Amino acid sequence: MTIARTLDDACVALAEHPDALLLAGGTDLMVGVNRGQVGFDHVVVIDRVDELRGWRREGDELVLGAGLTYAEMGRGELPVLLPALAQAARTVGSPQIRNAGTLGGNLATSSPAGDTLPVLVALDATVVLRSSHGTRKLALDRFVTGVKQNALEPEELIEAVRVPVLDGPQEFLKVGTRNAMVISVASLALVVDRAGRSVRVGLGSVAPVPVRAVEAEAFVDGAIDWDTGSAPEAAVDRFAGLVAEAARPIDDQRGTATYRSHAIGVLARRALRRAFPGGAP
Amino acid sequence: MSAGPYVLRVNGNDHEVPDAHLGESLLWVLRERLGLPGSKNACEEGECGSCSVQVDGELVCSCLVLAAAGVGREVTTIEGLAPDGELADVQRAFVEAGAVQCGFCTPGLIMAVDTLLDDLPDDGSDPDDLIVREAISGNLCRCTGYGRILEAVSIAADLRRENRT
Repeated sequence: MTIARTLDDACVALAEHPDALLLAGGTDLMVGVNRGQVGFDHVVVIDRVDELRGWRREGDELVLGAGLTYAEMGRGELPVLLPALAQAARTVGSPQIRNAGTLGGNLATSSPAGDTLPVLVALDATVVLRSSHGTRKLALDRFVTGVKQNALEPEELIEAVRVPVLDGPQEFLKVGTRNAMVISVASLALVVDRAGRSVRVGLGSVAPVPVRAVEAEAFVDGAIDWDTGSAPEAAVDRFAGLVAEAARPIDDQRGTATYRSHAIGVLARRALRRAFPGGAP
Repeated sequence: MSAGPYVLRVNGNDHEVPDAHLGESLLWVLRERLGLPGSKNACEEGECGSCSVQVDGELVCSCLVLAAAGVGREVTTIEGLAPDGELADVQRAFVEAGAVQCGFCTPGLIMAVDTLLDDLPDDGSDPDDLIVREAISGNLCRCTGYGRILEAVSIAADLRRENRT
């Protein structure tokens, strides 16, 4: 086992043991370890690598360390700069899980139900990957390639995620069977870029990968009254319908495809009304 | 595969862990190797909260912590909240409110409430109901219906305040 203290430590250990288990918060990984479903010969522990912790601002971008915990996403200035991410983080698991689980872990797991993923896809996030061979950057939709599949190569780890700071409201909404300890049945992130007069929508748990509701975005950008911050009722309806059409849900143990399509439309309507309250009846 | 001998700091004492396997969780090592069975084992997937402990002051599920990765951390379990034979404030509150039935969830809940009270600002007000409910949302109790647990939190908050002043 290697307890890495620096990013270089971690990369060197990974180069020596390309099949090593990378352990950050452990909230997903340890479930499989406890059940004996995850075999491994070496573990590289990365929760004490300072370069992966916390976040910083670089101009109009935020650089979020892969080791940023869900609890940290809800603290200090981050809920102001990235309200949708803070809201999403608060719906993850329980305080115990939020103290341990990390942004990088959510990405590496690449579950369709990963709660930060709809937010990151809506923000056009860039994933920064690092190995002893260097650094590369991938757009989020290039990083997550399928159900629990991603573009991470052996020897690579996630260093950070870069997202823009936008001027405008943001919403994250999630449907589950209770408010805590729940894997989402459907989730939606809506972020508004007032300067660019655009609305971006990311959907979770309704497709194999996090998806954008591209047609709904294009429609609503032109339907919003940007000067008053309002959305006409008919536009809200049409927007909700287009978002539901962007979903490609399946039936599983948490819900049916029909229910998910309905729920994602409800979330779309609710998020748009909250972001543009001028249009509420 | 062996994790080699390593040392865990639990409740203020260093414990040598010889002969452990690499895949053992902190919960397993606490209970089976260090003789500290207060943290309970139920789901082993972070759902129930009965194994809750504090690692460097933060509440976590010990079943989701790789024990060997806890080297150099400060672990506090239910056994470490008060000296032997004495009750910590949160434990007294649970007794007083009758917040214990079968008792299986109790150690985890007490660790969660202890963390909550540690983190609360000391302005003399009772913790907000929503904050309390969120703080214990990761701890399942199938006996009490939570009413008396919420009552115990309120009593514990008073006890903690008295202790501070």
